[in-house]
Amino acid sequence: MTKAKEIRVPLNQIATSRRADASIAVVGNPNSGKSTLFNRLTGLRQRVGNYPGVTVERHVGTLKLADASIELVDLPGTHALSAHSDEERIAIDVIMARLPGVAAPDGILAVVDATNLYQGLYLVQQLLELELPLVVALTMSDAAEAGGVEIDVARLSEWLAGTPVFPVVATTGRGLEPLRAALGKLKAQPAPVFAPVWPELAAAADDLFAEVEQKPRRADIERLLIDGPGASNQALLEALGADAGQKLRKAQDRVFGIDPPLAAEARVRYQWVRKVLADIQTEGRSLISWKTRLTGFLNRPVPGTIGLFLVMAIVFQAVFAWATPMMDLIDGTAATLGGMVANGLGDGALSSLVADGVIAGVGSVVIFLPQIIILFLFIILLEDSGYLARAAYLMDRAMRSVGLSGQSIIPMISSFACAVPGIMATRVIPNRRDRIATIMAAPFMTCSARLPVYALLIAAFVPAETVGFLNLQGLVLFGLYMFGIVMGILTAFLMRQTALRGPKPPFALMLPEFRRPNLQTVFIQLLGRVKVFLRRAGTVIFTVAVIVWALAYFPRSGELELQAATEYAQAESMYAGPALETALADIDNRAAAAQLEQSWLGRAGKFVAPAFVPLGWDWRVSAAVIAGFPAREVVIAVLGTVYAVGDEADEATLSQRLKASRHPDGSPVFTFPMVVGLLIFYACCLQCAATLAVIRRETNSWRWPVFAWCYMTTIGYLGAMLAYQLL
Amino acid sequence: MRIIIILIMDANGKTLETLKCGQRSVIRAVDPSCPQVQRLMTLGLVEGAEIELASAAIGGDPLEFRLFGRGISLRREQARHFSVAPVGSGD
Repeated sequence: MTKAKEIRVPLNQIATSRRADASIAVVGNPNSGKSTLFNRLTGLRQRVGNYPGVTVERHVGTLKLADASIELVDLPGTHALSAHSDEERIAIDVIMARLPGVAAPDGILAVVDATNLYQGLYLVQQLLELELPLVVALTMSDAAEAGGVEIDVARLSEWLAGTPVFPVVATTGRGLEPLRAALGKLKAQPAPVFAPVWPELAAAADDLFAEVEQKPRRADIERLLIDGPGASNQALLEALGADAGQKLRKAQDRVFGIDPPLAAEARVRYQWVRKVLADIQTEGRSLISWKTRLTGFLNRPVPGTIGLFLVMAIVFQAVFAWATPMMDLIDGTAATLGGMVANGLGDGALSSLVADGVIAGVGSVVIFLPQIIILFLFIILLEDSGYLARAAYLMDRAMRSVGLSGQSIIPMISSFACAVPGIMATRVIPNRRDRIATIMAAPFMTCSARLPVYALLIAAFVPAETVGFLNLQGLVLFGLYMFGIVMGILTAFLMRQTALRGPKPPFALMLPEFRRPNLQTVFIQLLGRVKVFLRRAGTVIFTVAVIVWALAYFPRSGELELQAATEYAQAESMYAGPALETALADIDNRAAAAQLEQSWLGRAGKFVAPAFVPLGWDWRVSAAVIAGFPAREVVIAVLGTVYAVGDEADEATLSQRLKASRHPDGSPVFTFPMVVGLLIFYACCLQCAATLAVIRRETNSWRWPVFAWCYMTTIGYLGAMLAYQLL
Repeated sequence: MRIIIILIMDANGKTLETLKCGQRSVIRAVDPSCPQVQRLMTLGLVEGAEIELASAAIGGDPLEFRLFGRGISLRREQARHFSVAPVGSGD
C-alpha cells in the first residue's frame, strides 16, 4: 500500500502563484508618497485585509502589465528596520519574511521622498542588505526641483549598487511607465551586491554563525545583533545552539562596546547617507515656498490655536449642515417605505417585521452614513494634507498633562460628531497604551446621537430662564458637553495611571510640509473606511435593531387586539371626518402602548425597574433605556410608543406626556432631580452598538468593548442615582 | 565613552533645548542611554547632522526642528540629550 504524500504549501502562496506572477513589497518612510504611488500603480484593483492577530491593515493591489500581473503589497510606513509600533513591526516582519504563513516578497519597491533623501536613504541602505531584488522610486521629484535641489540619479544608482532609480511624480503620473516596466522584470533582476557600510558588524555576523551548518542570511544575523533576541528572531537564536545568549552578548560587546546598538547603527549608517548626499545632491538657493511660510505662521501659538479651532469648526459645520438634511431624508424615506409596506402587507407580524424591523434596521445603519462619510473625508484630508501631524504637535503639551499625547486630539474632537470615525482615527497613535486610553475616552464626547435626547429633556424640563445674561437651557447643554469632556479626560488619565500604566512613549513626530491631498488616494481610503463601517458596525446595528423589534413586538396579545377592534367600531359609529381620524389614531397609539407594555421589552422594563427605583425611574423609562442600548437615538421613538403618542410624535406632544407621567403613588416621574440624573446617565452610558463593534475591531479583543460598556454604564447609573438622591 | 560625552556636553553647554529660533547648528554629541533618544537617532538626529530650531508649540513645548529640510518635533526633555555647536565652528 502506498502512503499518500503530504504536501504543505502556505495558503497565500497558492493564491499568489495562481493570480500573480510576482509579489512585490512596497516599502517607504511614512509620508513618502508611498500610498499615492501604490494607488497610482494599482488603481481600484485592491483588496484590504488584516494581518493575523493584529489590527494592522493589509493592502494588496494588482499591477496589470501587458505580459504579467504583479501583486503589490503596500506595507505600513517605517523609518528603519527596527520597530517602534505594531504597524512598523508588521512592515518589517513582512520584508524580512518573519511572519508565519506569509511568504517572502519576490522583490522590494522602495519609495523615497526626493525632498527627504536623508531619512529615505537610511531605509534603502538597510533594504540593500536583504539580498532581494530592489528598485527605488523617487517620489515628489517635482517638489525637489521646485525647492532647488538637483539630484544626480545616475550617481545615486551607482551608490546603491546599481539599483535602478526612477524619479516619479505620483500625483500626475510622470515617470511611471519605466517604473512599471521595471516592476514587471523585478523578480528576475539579480539581488544587489552591496559592500557592507559597517564591515565590523558584517564580520561579527559571519563569525557568530561560523560553526552553524545552514547559514542564515547575513542581514538577519545583523538584525539579531542590533535588536537583540525577541519574538521575531527566536528561530535564528535557536539555530545558534545551547549557549546562544552568551555567544550573542559576546559578539555584541565586540561590535558596539558600551554604546546602545541602535545608536551605533544610526551613527554609522547616517554617516554613509551624508556622504552619498554630498556626492549626488546639489542644493541651489531654494526659494522659501509659500508652504514653508504657511507652516511657520501656523506654528506660532496664537495663529496655530485659532487655526485648529477654525479647522474643527468647519468640520463640525460640514457634519451638521450637510449631513443633517441627508439624514432627515433617509429617515423620511425609511418611514415612507415602512408605511408603504405596512399598507401593502396589512397588519401582522410579517408586515411589522419588514416595516419596523428590517427597514428600520437598515435605515438606522444608513442614517449614520452621511455624517460618517463626511467625518471620514475630513479626517483623511487632514491626514493627507499634513495638518494632522501639526495639530498633534500644537496640542501635545495640553494632552500630555492628562496622560495622552498630541496625536489623541483629532480622534477626541471627531468624537463630538460620532465616536465611530474618532475611534478609527486613533490608528495614527503609535503607542498602544495611549491609543486604548484615547479609545476609552472617545465615547464620552457628546456625539450627535445624544443631542436629540438632550434637546427633548432640556426643552421639557429645564425652565427657559436666564441666569445673568445666559440662558439656563443653553447652560445645561453646555454643562453636558463639558461633563463629557471632563469624564473622557478623567477616564484616559485614570487608565494611564492604572491598567494602561507604562513608560512614556517616545515622541518623535515628523512634521511634513503641507501638500494638496491626492484625490484618488483620498477616495480609495474613504471607500475602505466606509466599507469597514458597513461590514463591522452595520451588521451589528442591523442585527440588534431586529432583535429589539422582536422584543418590542412579541408576544402579541389577542385580547388587546380585540379590544382595539371594538373601540374602532365604537369610534366609527360616534365620529366622522377629521374627528374620526383623530379618534382612530388615539386608539392605535393606546393599543400600541398597551401591546408594548405586555411585550418582552415591556416586561423586561418592569423586571429591571426595581433596579432603577433609586434613580427615580418607572418601568416606561427603564424599557426605553433598555431599547436604547443598541443605539441611543432610538429612545425617543420608544418613549413615543410607550407614552401612547406614536413613534413619530412631535416633541411638544411627547414632552407634555412626559410631564404628565405619574408613578403609581401619584407623584410625577419626571422631576428635576430625575431628569438631571437621566441626562447624566445619557452623557455617560455607552448606548451604541456601532461604537462597541468598532472598539472590538480596533483593539482586536472583546475585553475592551466589554470593559468600556460595563464601566460607562456603572458610571452613568451611579451618576444618575447621586443626582436623584442628592438634588 | 560616557564620561567623554558628558565632558563635551559640559564644555559646550548648548543643547537642542537652548537653541534660538533660526539658529543653524550641528549636533556634536548625543547621550544615547535613553531608548527615546535612540529612536530619535534612528530618525537621523546623530552627530554631524545639521539642525535648526523652527518653532515652539503652544506652551513652549514640544519644539519643531528642521533636519535636512524636514520638520521634526521633539519634546524638551528629549532635546536636552543633544549637544550642539554653531555651524562652521570646527570639530
